[in-house]
Amino acid sequence: MYYVTQILNGLGSGSIYALVALGYSMVYGVVKLINFAHGDIIMVGGYTIFVLLGMNAPLWLAVAGSIGFCAVAGVVIERVAYHRLLNNDAPRIALLITAIGVSIFLQNLAQLIFGTNQKPIPKMFTLPAIRVGGMNVSNTLLNIVVALLMMAGLQLLVNTTKIGKAMRATSEDAGAATLMGINTNSVILFTFAVGSALAAVGAVLYSNTYMQIKPMMGGMLGLKAFVAAVFGGIGSIPGAMLGALILGLAESLSVVLGQSAWMDAVVFALLILILLFKPAGLLGQHMKEKV
Amino acid sequence: MTRGSSRLIWGVTRLKKKMLEVSDLQVYYGAIHAIKGVRFEVDEGEIVTLIGANGAGKTTILHAVSGLVRPRSGGITFCGQDLLATKPHQITGLGLAQVPEGRRVFSRMTVKENLEMGAYARKDSIGIKEDYDRVLTILPRLKERRRQLAGTLSGGEQQMLSMGRALMAQPKMLLLDEPSMGLSPLLVQEIFRTIREINAGGVTILLVEQNAKMALELASRAYVLETGKVAMQGAAKELADNEEVKKAYLGG
Repeated sequence: MYYVTQILNGLGSGSIYALVALGYSMVYGVVKLINFAHGDIIMVGGYTIFVLLGMNAPLWLAVAGSIGFCAVAGVVIERVAYHRLLNNDAPRIALLITAIGVSIFLQNLAQLIFGTNQKPIPKMFTLPAIRVGGMNVSNTLLNIVVALLMMAGLQLLVNTTKIGKAMRATSEDAGAATLMGINTNSVILFTFAVGSALAAVGAVLYSNTYMQIKPMMGGMLGLKAFVAAVFGGIGSIPGAMLGALILGLAESLSVVLGQSAWMDAVVFALLILILLFKPAGLLGQHMKEKV
Repeated sequence: MTRGSSRLIWGVTRLKKKMLEVSDLQVYYGAIHAIKGVRFEVDEGEIVTLIGANGAGKTTILHAVSGLVRPRSGGITFCGQDLLATKPHQITGLGLAQVPEGRRVFSRMTVKENLEMGAYARKDSIGIKEDYDRVLTILPRLKERRRQLAGTLSGGEQQMLSMGRALMAQPKMLLLDEPSMGLSPLLVQEIFRTIREINAGGVTILLVEQNAKMALELASRAYVLETGKVAMQGAAKELADNEEVKKAYLGG
């Protein structure tokens, strides 16, 4: 039973990684940009919840407000930081440095406004207790179910809707997409909005699970979500999900083995292994570089 | 129609309605002066070809017309609309579609999805469905493959798909960039036959080709490009008989 709860725990935290990893993967898929500021969106989402709940807003409003605010933040970040670089075919390294800059900016802005200390988040969802081996796992199950639903929804969006198909077309060949009449700038903004909204859902689950937030929370979390996206095959939606869940499991495995101090090392060892043996990731496709 | 107009002399064809008008086009890639004051016109219903060696600037001109490349100066008007003042993604909606060099189909999307993308700018779902059926009739090879990923198609099929995709935009004019590239002679024949059919259906054609022989047989008028300039122009038949053109582009 101990193992079952540990596995569930791993999947539960993996689900939060997954929601962030999905955004990493989507943005990379469409604009080939590793948006290192994406992890910090989950922090922005967390503080939005903190502020709204502090203003005695009802729970649904805190959740919806956080998702909406993050979506807007994602769009603003694209417009302010990346748009000109993308439109002028700036080198990837310039985009990467800009993304790191945005990340540092967001972390420092949060410190400036809210201070460096962590803030408590009140218990958000009261769920009926589901006990496995004496432990209440209902929160963990909530994380898993929400993440799976979000992934399924995203798959549906990308595969069946007009804007989703436009995203796939833009991701493959933005020039050809323009020839089809697709406004690739709007597609990119939409991608940032959806990715950031998913990170906000991650922020909701994170706040509910750990009941505290801090300005730097997006750093390691974002990095791990990035590892998860690469591990699963960056650009692939199911890949991001799978990678994140495996990552969560690997973490809980190191706890089971009594090596929790090595948890982060295990995560990055996984990254090194996949890069050595299957650089495109578990479900990734090798993309031919166009000359 | 194209047969007839190909016998007409230069001055007479000018009486027709102008569809595309490019004037004094100047395009730079950084410091490289790629297009140096190109001027040409395409009339409604015509097949016009731009021929020339690799690097003469043929693709750059098409990209400038479609808005993928911004010229430094010059004018491009299509059906009276100033294309340089039009956003690139809105150009297709005006009735100007391009079949780009190298096909550029969306390889990870199905044939059907590729065709749907061609109609992205349109809102008339009934018309789109009709055109979808019509495209599969003109290009029957695509019909049995409509659920396949475009990346799994052969080169010839991808060329057909790229043409079908452009037709889904319900274009008044089609820009074709090297449709014969990398295809077997038999497939090239088929592609050119299809282009003729599309033109007979009322679509004006601007064809860019390295296969000058085939292009001059198909087109009514031609422009010969050399290092970013129009070196010669005139009726396709006459150019095909011109000694200089023969020597440079038709293999003696």
